[in-house]
Amino acid sequence: MAAPTGGHPYDGDQRVPGEHGDNRFGFPAAPGGQGPGQYQPYQEPQHQQQQGAHSAQGSEWPPQQPGAGWPQQPQQPHRYDAPQQPRIQPVQQRQAPEPAKPAAHNPLVRPYAMTGGRTRPRYQLAIEALVSTTADLSRLQGQLPEHQRICRLCIEIKSVAEISALLSIPLGVARILVADLAEAGLVAIHQPGGDEAAGGQPDVTLLERVLSGLRKL
Amino acid sequence: MGKTTFVGAVSEINPLRTEAVMTSASAGIDDLTHTGDKTTTTVAMDFGRITLDQDLILYLFGTPGQDRFWFMWDDLVRGAIGAVVLVDTRRLADCFPAVDYFENSGLPFVIALNGFDGHQPYTPDEVREALQIGPDAPIITTDARHRADAKSALITLVEHALMARLR
Repeated sequence: MAAPTGGHPYDGDQRVPGEHGDNRFGFPAAPGGQGPGQYQPYQEPQHQQQQGAHSAQGSEWPPQQPGAGWPQQPQQPHRYDAPQQPRIQPVQQRQAPEPAKPAAHNPLVRPYAMTGGRTRPRYQLAIEALVSTTADLSRLQGQLPEHQRICRLCIEIKSVAEISALLSIPLGVARILVADLAEAGLVAIHQPGGDEAAGGQPDVTLLERVLSGLRKL
Repeated sequence: MGKTTFVGAVSEINPLRTEAVMTSASAGIDDLTHTGDKTTTTVAMDFGRITLDQDLILYLFGTPGQDRFWFMWDDLVRGAIGAVVLVDTRRLADCFPAVDYFENSGLPFVIALNGFDGHQPYTPDEVREALQIGPDAPIITTDARHRADAKSALITLVEHALMARLR
């Protein structure tokens, strides 16, 4: 499976208004129309444009999903929208312990405690999806220690699988944490390009590039 | 058998290990009778990486071949180029579940007969006959310890995947 590093990063909160509008709509939505290096942008849930790429991801995204165990109420402003404000709302329990470093590095913490009990990410990340930190490391203050570790690791681009392996986090947990970070605009995700019409299979151009790359090894 | 060796032979990094937790949702697949009151099982998966171009990275995942690990294959086949089914010809039946799975999922696959030091008790044709594999899927011989062999197996796979896409 190949995951090119190019494409449209998820920009999250750092998006300049208007700057990405063209990009979003200019993205080829037709099945099979994706060229090399073009990938689906990781779309921000708060945005009202829900088109092509987003709906193609299935119905796992809606934050109102019942039983997801997500402690936040969807109508509230997202906690990352105002990172400077003190977090006083009781619904945000999952990042309650401010200096939680010792606990997070304690192997006795059950893995899904880090995710607030969530077992599924709200966005299905491919195991080979590439993650790169976009946020300035100074923005990490107050983030969960595991989130901080991922951000520090992904200064150099890494796949979800590598994050899981290098930080000794189970794969499912890594996916959830990375999805959190993407939503917060702290990392960019480059999902592998796939032809949706062909069940997500890599398109011919990508296969040709991989073949040519392998032959040059 | 030999998966991590195969991955390590071509990977630019030492193979890494990630763990997937088999939760109660898939517990029915696994035989948990010997694990007492344990409700989850952890499955390790080794993987490697090959940077093919400035913006193109190929990941190789080695997963166990038993059918109780199907839940992991489901995860991996989406977006995958294809699969190399590494076969120990002394235990041919071990690869039946994988071959079934990839035939059904439509993922391009090649069968690589892993023989040490060129020792191959069966020819690819004999194995094709034994496994009842159609003429399309390539069957090759390989030595998972050798980089050139592993690389060649990957090239065969991608060529096969490309042909399948162009048909």
